[in-house]
Amino acid sequence: MSPGSSHARHLAEAGRLANEIRLSVEQVSYAYSANPAQAPLFTLEATSFQARPGEIVAILGPNASGKSTLLKLVSGELAPLSGRILLNGFVTHSLTPRTRAQRIAVVQQESRLLFPARAWEFVLQGRHAHGRSLRFESEDDVIIAKNALAQVGATDLSDRWMDQISGGEKQRVILARALAQQPLLLLLDEPTLHLDIAAQIGLLDALRRLAAANRYTVIVVTHELNLAAEYADQVVLMQRGRCLRVGPPINIYQRELLEQVFQTPLTVELGSSGRPRVTVLAGT
Amino acid sequence: MRPLTLRRLLLQCFALLLILFVVVVIAIKFGAVPVSLYALGRDLWNVLLHQRTNISSDYVLIIQNIRLPRILLGIIVGASLSVAGTSFQALLRNPLADPYVLGVSSGAGLGAILALILEPHLTLSPVFAALLTPLGAFLGAAATVAAVYFLGRREGQIDSTTLLLGGVITASFISAIIMFLMSTLTGNLRGLSFWLMGDLSTPLQKSVYWFLGIGFIAASGAIYTTASDLNLLLAGEKEAMHLGVDVPRIRLVVYIAASLLTGLAVSVSGAIGYVGLIVPHVMRLIFGSDHRTLLPTAAIGGAIAVVFADTLARTVVAPNELAVGAVTAVVGAPLFIYLLRRRLA
Repeated sequence: MSPGSSHARHLAEAGRLANEIRLSVEQVSYAYSANPAQAPLFTLEATSFQARPGEIVAILGPNASGKSTLLKLVSGELAPLSGRILLNGFVTHSLTPRTRAQRIAVVQQESRLLFPARAWEFVLQGRHAHGRSLRFESEDDVIIAKNALAQVGATDLSDRWMDQISGGEKQRVILARALAQQPLLLLLDEPTLHLDIAAQIGLLDALRRLAAANRYTVIVVTHELNLAAEYADQVVLMQRGRCLRVGPPINIYQRELLEQVFQTPLTVELGSSGRPRVTVLAGT
Repeated sequence: MRPLTLRRLLLQCFALLLILFVVVVIAIKFGAVPVSLYALGRDLWNVLLHQRTNISSDYVLIIQNIRLPRILLGIIVGASLSVAGTSFQALLRNPLADPYVLGVSSGAGLGAILALILEPHLTLSPVFAALLTPLGAFLGAAATVAAVYFLGRREGQIDSTTLLLGGVITASFISAIIMFLMSTLTGNLRGLSFWLMGDLSTPLQKSVYWFLGIGFIAASGAIYTTASDLNLLLAGEKEAMHLGVDVPRIRLVVYIAASLLTGLAVSVSGAIGYVGLIVPHVMRLIFGSDHRTLLPTAAIGGAIAVVFADTLARTVVAPNELAVGAVTAVVGAPLFIYLLRRRLA
């Protein structure tokens, strides 16, 4: 075998890895009812989409459209009624919690602490699923945690108490804990909800940079139309438990469609970044 | 960044063990009959050298037969209650949880009394008969935890205040049943009222000490294997699950083991209150809230607290005795109020 063909194979392999489907949501549905005898209170109709490494997918829709339910299904927290969700070929729901935490990190909006903890202790929690049985953190764990803090620009927060830092700082530390899990898939439910505009942009910039650098697949639930348009590679548009469209923002952001989904008059134009920009026409 | 190392953990435990040793020496020295430290040292030295003939009869009578067994019991009971309290606080996500406050001790007491009542009616071998009281106490404790857990839920979530109220109400309900049972009883069972206040003075058979020791090591060992999971469980069950904790399994292990510890402690010493509340709080202030440190330090701290409280109980009104539960309650109840008010503030 010549070195040339080996090189070509290597290139082909690299190409395959770049284009591989990491997350595959296949005809997934779900029904929630308080009482099995009654009709379900909420249903999610069969939904499918796929995501590659390094991609940011925004799940977009008004309240009660099923965005969070879809995210819970992807995270493995809920089991689908039908269909399946594959992460690198494994069904997410049937993984053990430990294996799942090694591959999927869920970034919480807010973390309530019962007893005070320092930021570095909090980030080290992300290493839990990688530890051995009695789990004294190794030097590797410490290095990974430090890197995670550095990646979100929170190195200087390391020794601060979690209950004494601002909301935006806390969000970055929570993100650092998710990075310390070294996941394949990063899930965020309304991450910008309690943040001011600068912190929102900062968080999403960090996410885009991290997704590119670490090849994470990122899934963000949001109802912020413009943030989704600016940062997402793909948008999954939801309404009342149905997935209406999946595709790049430019294909999804059509005035009639968005007006119908969000029930409000708006205009869509192309922003300077080449991505669609939505203006809600309030008071017309 | 200073993650916990085994070395630091052992150093912390060693420091506390030194304090425990000092407290044990004090507990041996003081009592209705004072013992001089010199005589104590000499006797202990002779015991170590196996020179039986040189050991004073005072030593054998007072220290070996009365004080040491009682101190040993205090150590096991204190450690059990403290580990149980730490575990309930993590399991129920409530820093004010304690076997006594939640009514779990009362439940264990009821279970123990029912076992005592039942025992004469069953034909059991002596070994099983001796295990019946601790078993009853364990079942009583487990049932009470389950009841309080469901009472404390509101809209599917554990509500801290509702949980405490549920515990207090359950405790008073169970106490009423115990009162009722005791008023129908005659003979030696009436002495139970002192025992229910928390009391270490009842002499026990040697085999019971073995049973207690093994039970303590098994149950607290099981809890210790979940120490780092408990750290995450404090942040909430969903969050812990996303970080890789097998929540239902951890909950079950801790629930059973902590009930077992409470049952063991109550079956030999009655309801000694607030140890499981105050000791973990103090240890958290000193060593932080990491359960890998908290569980062993709380165990030793609980032993220190109960041995010390029992020494006070034996000496402050000598030659009479207080129930050790009265001593811990006098210290613990005001501290509980303080912690509760600070939390609500």
